[in-house]
Amino acid sequence: MTLSTAIAGADAVASRLKGPQGPKPRKRFSRRNIFIYGTLIVVALYYALPLYVMIVTSLKGMPEIRLGNIFAPPVEITFEPWVKAWSEACTGLNCEGLSRGFWNSVRITVPSVFLSIAIASVNGYALANWKFKGAEAFFTILIFGAFIPYQVMLYPIVIILREIGLYGTLWGLVLVHSIFGMPILTLLFRNYFTSLPEELFKAARVDGARFWGIYFRIMLPMSLPIFVVAMIIQVTGIWNDFLFGVVYTKPDTYPMTVQLNNIVNSVQGVKEYNVNMAATILTGLVPLTIYFVSGKLFVRGIAAGAVKG
Amino acid sequence: MTANSVEIRGLDLAFGAVEVLKDLNLEIPEGEFLVLLGASGCGKSTLLNCIAGLLDITGGQIFIKDQNVTWAEPSQRGIGMVFQSYALYPQMTVKGNLSFGLKNARFAKAEIEERVARAAEILQIQPLLDRKPAALSGGQRQRVAIGRALVRDVDVFLFDEPLSNLDAKLRADLRVEIKRLHQKLRNTMIYVTHDQIEAMTLADRIAIMRSGAIQQLGSPDEIYNRPRTKYVAEFIGSPAMNFIDGVVAERGFAAGDTTIPLDGYGWADGPKQGPAWLGIRPEHVATGELAQGKPFRQEITVELFEPMGADTLVWTTLAGQPFHFNLDGQHKVATGDRMTIGFDSARGSLFGKDTELRL
Repeated sequence: MTLSTAIAGADAVASRLKGPQGPKPRKRFSRRNIFIYGTLIVVALYYALPLYVMIVTSLKGMPEIRLGNIFAPPVEITFEPWVKAWSEACTGLNCEGLSRGFWNSVRITVPSVFLSIAIASVNGYALANWKFKGAEAFFTILIFGAFIPYQVMLYPIVIILREIGLYGTLWGLVLVHSIFGMPILTLLFRNYFTSLPEELFKAARVDGARFWGIYFRIMLPMSLPIFVVAMIIQVTGIWNDFLFGVVYTKPDTYPMTVQLNNIVNSVQGVKEYNVNMAATILTGLVPLTIYFVSGKLFVRGIAAGAVKG
Repeated sequence: MTANSVEIRGLDLAFGAVEVLKDLNLEIPEGEFLVLLGASGCGKSTLLNCIAGLLDITGGQIFIKDQNVTWAEPSQRGIGMVFQSYALYPQMTVKGNLSFGLKNARFAKAEIEERVARAAEILQIQPLLDRKPAALSGGQRQRVAIGRALVRDVDVFLFDEPLSNLDAKLRADLRVEIKRLHQKLRNTMIYVTHDQIEAMTLADRIAIMRSGAIQQLGSPDEIYNRPRTKYVAEFIGSPAMNFIDGVVAERGFAAGDTTIPLDGYGWADGPKQGPAWLGIRPEHVATGELAQGKPFRQEITVELFEPMGADTLVWTTLAGQPFHFNLDGQHKVATGDRMTIGFDSARGSLFGKDTELRL
């Protein structure tokens, strides 16, 4: 590059600097924006559409559904399908609707969640802070358990439950859920407790706190976010479970999911699409509510450990 | 019965195949301020954790106040510990933090109140008692951490690099405060640090550790003036000691063409000969008129200088080897200047090439 071109270049820069200044104006309808937002809107519609159809259908009467226009909003809004799904729909001889399944599910979910979190958090705490002999081996085996397909264990568990007299009872299912929640929850808690500063644990030991004292007084108060995460994982997992529910319970202890399936898949009579839709939404309502209520805490718990508290 | 506050006999600690501490012996008299000094990974914090009972040792015994506490719980040993990260319980107030240990020991409520109040007064943290740790500054947090040991009325204080997380100014302030606290309480204190200034200023005795063993145990004066190994000599002092590579001969220390007289050198075990290092501290080198009285003098050329305010560090070549020394900061120098330096090797240290031990 010669000197003259260098000077010319410098002049060009200088003259440009004299022009209008400030951040570059942005076009709202740039090609980039249209592409990004267009894609997002299409994808959002794609995911929202089934829910829309479900809600709309559940609010229509059967004659209107038979017209076949599934995207049309209801001409005449009726809540009858919801009432029927909740309290009148029949499964076999039983015509109590989903309500019985709902209460069964509550009776299964609440103790399962409580039990599994209580045990797994103590497991995780012990594994993270009290490095006992064989802790690593124990942990490896536990994590390995997470990779064994459930189907392999279905039948052995049937036998075990029969032998201890819990087969077909709600408590049998609670036990199964608690055990199957163990690997992932223990991993979750262990990793969280490991991320807490070790010196806090040491300080508490010097201060004379023992195993349970440190757990309840030091660790627990610092771990609310991870407990919320564990709760969400367990509530949704157990509420949505179908396989264990159908295998380990009897008709009068069926959880909501199994009952929903029986209502929707019943082969007798007319297919009442509106009732089916209402029943499905009702079943999904509990996990949905949990997500909405604790979404913020959930994100915080997942991100915990990424930043120092 | 000994008057030792802490006594460690043949302590071994291994993590699997890795030996961290090897046959370590240490006796700490009542009321002593002992500093464990060493580079990262030398085992000094590990040793402190062993004394505290936070690590199960592989072999040996630990006595505190003549009680064998080798297998006692940390809280049963009569120790209090202050951590680098303060380790305050975040969900408790300062008061809660201070009283946690007392509550665990099932003290009466009135007694707890009284002890907390007294500790808060000693450490000047009364106005902070109802605050959470998050609302405290670094210095205040560390004071609360010290208070947690104070309320329990322990025999031995263990400090694990307590000032490392503070800025330089605060560190100096708290250093003085810890020293004052020790003079007031007269407890035995064991203090781990990698900062030699902290070690020199605080310690009654310093134990310099390297790869799991104590290299030298002595007063700061001994450590500074008569380092037992080359490592200790290198570690203590800033700027670092000069090491001149040479041979101890009959006439003195020969390095290349230069011979440095060794008259008056305090031999550790009688005069010896053979390859050795002669260690000279930069601050023991005299210049100009002061150099005239020294047994060894030499004219040198200034090759490089680093002004540091109070001092200027001058780099040169002596006996064909790099050499540096301190010059008064007010003394103006320039690269290429000639000047006469001198030192007395009686103030230096000789280390055998084979053993790296003081000759």
